[in-house]
Amino acid sequence: MILDQVVTGLLTGLIYGLLALGLSVIFGVMRIVNFAHGEMSVVAMYAAWAAARYLGLDPLLSLIPIAAIFFGAGYLLQRGLIQPFVSRPDYMQFILLISVALILTNGALLVFGPEARGIQVDYAFDSYEIGTFLIDKVRLLAAGAALTLTGLLLAFFRFTLTGKAIRAAADNRTGAQVIGLDIGKLYAVTFGIGTASLGAAGVLMALLNDAIPRLGPELTLLSFVIVIVGGLGSMTGALAGGVLIGVSEALAGTLLQPSLKSMFSFALLVLILLLRPQGLLGERS
Amino acid sequence: MKRTALFVLIGLFLLAPLASGPYLLSLLTTLLTFAYLGQAWNIMMGFAGQLSLGHALYVGLGAYVSAALSLFWGIPPILGVFPAMAAAALVGSAIGFLSFRFAVKGVHFTLLTIAFAEIARLTFQHLSALGGTGGLFLPVEARTGVDLIHLRGDPRMFYYVILAMAAALFLACRALMASPLGYRWQALREDPAAAESLGVNLLRVKLAAIALSAALTAAGGVFTAFFYNALFPDQWFGLGYSIEIILAPIIGGLGTLFGPILGAILLTPLGEAITAVTDGLGWQSAGIKPFCYGVCLLLIVKFLPDGIWPAIRKRLP
Amino acid sequence: MGPKISRRQMVAGATAAVFAPALRLSAAAPLKVGLLLPLSGALAREGQSCKRGADVSTGVLAQLGLPIELTVADTETNIDTARTRAEKLIADGAQVLVGAFDSAHTMAVAQVCEQRGVPLIINIAAAPNITEQGFRTVFRNFPTAGRLTTDGLSLIKDLLSVTGLKVEKAAFLHNNDTFGQAMAGAIGKLAPGLELPFAIGETIAYDGAARDYAVEIGRAKASGADLVLMISHGEDAIKLIREMVKQRFEPKAIISPGSPGMYEAQFYKTLGKFGDYAITNLPWINPRAPLSKTLLAAFGKQFPDALFEMNVGFTFEAILIAADAARRAGSTASKGLLEALPMTNLSEHVMIGGPIAFDGKGQNNNIHSAAIQNRDSRPVVVLPNENAEMTPVLPMPGWQKR
Repeated sequence: MILDQVVTGLLTGLIYGLLALGLSVIFGVMRIVNFAHGEMSVVAMYAAWAAARYLGLDPLLSLIPIAAIFFGAGYLLQRGLIQPFVSRPDYMQFILLISVALILTNGALLVFGPEARGIQVDYAFDSYEIGTFLIDKVRLLAAGAALTLTGLLLAFFRFTLTGKAIRAAADNRTGAQVIGLDIGKLYAVTFGIGTASLGAAGVLMALLNDAIPRLGPELTLLSFVIVIVGGLGSMTGALAGGVLIGVSEALAGTLLQPSLKSMFSFALLVLILLLRPQGLLGERS
Repeated sequence: MKRTALFVLIGLFLLAPLASGPYLLSLLTTLLTFAYLGQAWNIMMGFAGQLSLGHALYVGLGAYVSAALSLFWGIPPILGVFPAMAAAALVGSAIGFLSFRFAVKGVHFTLLTIAFAEIARLTFQHLSALGGTGGLFLPVEARTGVDLIHLRGDPRMFYYVILAMAAALFLACRALMASPLGYRWQALREDPAAAESLGVNLLRVKLAAIALSAALTAAGGVFTAFFYNALFPDQWFGLGYSIEIILAPIIGGLGTLFGPILGAILLTPLGEAITAVTDGLGWQSAGIKPFCYGVCLLLIVKFLPDGIWPAIRKRLP
Repeated sequence: MGPKISRRQMVAGATAAVFAPALRLSAAAPLKVGLLLPLSGALAREGQSCKRGADVSTGVLAQLGLPIELTVADTETNIDTARTRAEKLIADGAQVLVGAFDSAHTMAVAQVCEQRGVPLIINIAAAPNITEQGFRTVFRNFPTAGRLTTDGLSLIKDLLSVTGLKVEKAAFLHNNDTFGQAMAGAIGKLAPGLELPFAIGETIAYDGAARDYAVEIGRAKASGADLVLMISHGEDAIKLIREMVKQRFEPKAIISPGSPGMYEAQFYKTLGKFGDYAITNLPWINPRAPLSKTLLAAFGKQFPDALFEMNVGFTFEAILIAADAARRAGSTASKGLLEALPMTNLSEHVMIGGPIAFDGKGQNNNIHSAAIQNRDSRPVVVLPNENAEMTPVLPMPGWQKR
């Protein structure tokens, strides 16, 4: 049974990893902590629901267009609203993004109402049986998609010119400006990528969870825990953090009382903050 | 000019209950509670530059310690407030010490404060001796007379108690800012490295700010406990409450004395005003008020990045 | 369309006859009712389902000759807002308040009402302490956690004996929120005295904010339980059942001894056939009471897609209690209401149970739970017999045999 739970935790953790990746990318490059992160991904969950409900699209298909729309929205949001705050103190950024979160949560409430919105796929209740092992089909598909997307993002940052430029801007902003990189545009692209990945994660989560406005703050906190554990600003760290939190929550729920699951995550967060503030895979600056 | 403004403000608050009905009085009590809590938070962030997003932890601790002392040992809140403040100061110092010892700074420090508040919330959820998620209830007695020792009385008494607390804290902060400790805090906020080279003991100065801020916040928690008489971990330890506490001082003007008060004066009635307007327009959809509140907040930070008070001060002679 | 209306009118007429003396008063000024609910924030879903009960009440009560003027205020699931909104409603002339769903908010509102001498009629809030505070102005038409549990557990015994089902071991899953902990505490205290024909094995407290419940169900399955007792809050019930299907955990019965979750519109929509046969023992609308039929008709007309459930019934009843007190007092002033409310004796109402009446603490002890079983994605009363619409079916058919 413990092995079952570990596999479940691992699969869920991969989706968490993609979710947290968005937060990590944005912080790593422009040092902005997106306090509306979870709220934004809830909007993506609603988008996936609407696509399934009105267009009959399976979330695994609507994933790409929704991520693309989120990229555009993130790009514009950065250009229109967030850019002037990049150089402002972190508490002002915080209030700005808290207001964005308030607007998104209550906007969702106004548009979609308070009822949970769940997506019906015909494989929702299927699971694969391997010996005594049971693997949930939805979770497996969602985790596979999350892993693929994370891989693509890592490849983008490693191999494309834009990706390299963004990394350069993250490492040394002034240096990047000196060699003629358009920092403003790179930041907007980065924010777009961050929101696209949280959007994609939101769509995948909509397969496992019903969308409900109040889910936002939970997801924001979860993402924070993951990126800190993995290493704030580190991309592979976000994935590793996601898996670690997924598995450790599953284990904590199995071995201790499940209502203490998130306590375990926070305790882990405190330990990492104190003993290894750069995170498991982060580099010490 | 500033002095006149201050006297007018205090005079208005003192006389308010004579002119206002119970609704306005209730609103003013909330306003002063947030002015008080914001001022207490401001000591840590505004004066010493340590951004805490887990101040609900100290409100909750103050509330639970004083309520438990009163319920189980009959210790009245006027005495219970001291152990409550001490407990919060201790926890605050422990967090401060850990963060100093392990050099947790910036965003990481902020997340550490959130983590501790969440751990406290989950712990109190599981403390069945203190009611757990089922809540801890103080007996509500007939609220007519005035009993400051047990903090029992009508809403007007509670109003004057929180007014006195807010005013005393304002004066104390003014004295603190002009004190040697206040200057060391500012040095810590502006340039810790330079401060250290000038012989400022960073650990001691930092701990003083956190402990003082935590203890004063806990005193606000004691007030809250006896005002509401019902304590639930999600209510008083939650991240949502931590965020509510810091809005007023930041919107009002971080690190200024008038900031937390002006912020509360603006934000508390803002919610009511939005409700009045949306009701008047016949927009009945639930969620419209917090939505508009978010938009207002966004506009304020966009156009008054330093807060209200610095913007006003610039225009004062 | 035609015959439907005439039937509804007939029922309404029959009910109005009971309230006949009220008709004389119908020309008088309407009673001003202020309703406090969490319409936004964490409890928005529950608050809005209560509000539907209030929305239909104005029309139904007017038919009965009990005119009311309703003002709804949103507590935003925030205690300061709940208190301030209560003061504002009273300042705007509300003569009686109804609310406030959440126990913490209800306590805050109760203190305002006590201070101002305005009656508060609690529609929903289960924390026992609220009626233990000696409030003179607070009346609760909702069972306490202890009462819910006693009724809920005895109904399980009845269900087992009626269906002849034998179970040996139960797994008890409960949400660790205010309500869940109160219920779990009551079950721990009361279960030994009730001589249940099964043992409560693994007790699993879970976090309502958890994103999935794979571990929770894994533990329940591993414990070898053949009965699942569940105290959920809302959409957590959906996730728990879905997880049971996925993990192929096949208990003989899934019974909630008195919680929301398994009879809600979203539950039916998401789970479809997998939501069937689950049972909830809780206070329910009496399908046979004439007033329920009137209310159901009005509700179906105004909210064709919404489910007619407990929140609707209790919110309607709270307003009915206020209107009835105003009728008996012959006045809409708060003072008159406060004198009339303790004398309440309403036999014509919508929830299952005896006449609505309050004890010295302002608690109505005549509310009784019924067993509700999901059949074809619809909640159906299966026990007690005098209220039943169908007979209970247990054990549940396996997930793959549906």
